[in-house]
Amino acid sequence: MFSVSLQQGDFDPGSLENALRSGNADVGAIACFTGYVRRDPQRPQLTGLSIEHYEGMTEKTIEASLVEASTRWPLESARVVHRVGPLDVGDRIVWVGVSSSHRSAAFAACEFIMDTLKTTAPLWKRELGLPGDPWVEAQAQDRLRAARWRKENL
Amino acid sequence: MKVLFFASVRERLGCAEMEFSAGSEEMTTESLREALMSRGGEAWQEALGQPNLVCAVNQTVVSDVAQLASDDEVAFFPPVTGG
Repeated sequence: MFSVSLQQGDFDPGSLENALRSGNADVGAIACFTGYVRRDPQRPQLTGLSIEHYEGMTEKTIEASLVEASTRWPLESARVVHRVGPLDVGDRIVWVGVSSSHRSAAFAACEFIMDTLKTTAPLWKRELGLPGDPWVEAQAQDRLRAARWRKENL
Repeated sequence: MKVLFFASVRERLGCAEMEFSAGSEEMTTESLREALMSRGGEAWQEALGQPNLVCAVNQTVVSDVAQLASDDEVAFFPPVTGG
């Protein structure tokens, strides 16, 4: 019902979505999010990203966010796939899929899981192609987006 | 106890994993951090002295100072940037 995969290889969003439904007739809505490595017009030297993770804790942290999502919204299933290692511009990085009876729960849970992942899962990106392959700095706007869910819960 | 470092912290220290023996002393996350900083020299002071450093004990982030046991796994890392 809830699963998390960390992997080097690519994934197929279509197959993941089909597997999420897997013949469950209670599913009326599936919301999916796919994140990609994008280019930066300001820095054309950027060729990709490399992603490091904390084996065990990364999976555990994301799983906890799926369980939390299921306590907030009536979900049928939820799955996260996140890639690690070197990736090129244009590559897929992350996939989040949520199934539910109704769309409002699926939309909200999908966004909640992604916002929580970005601020709690021990994953770190570095930029490839730039001098020194610099580490990406955490963004205040990501923390604010994640904090929104805490406020809405009050 | 096992101490792990990740991302920019790991790189600055040139160390991904180490064993730390506290002997008979009571350890907290804060006293461990200070001990590592004073033992390791300038790079260690800089990397482990940064104010936004995150500490996890047994793969759970701790926001306050936590007591440590000799078989704990402790990790120090910068703010996360996945997704």
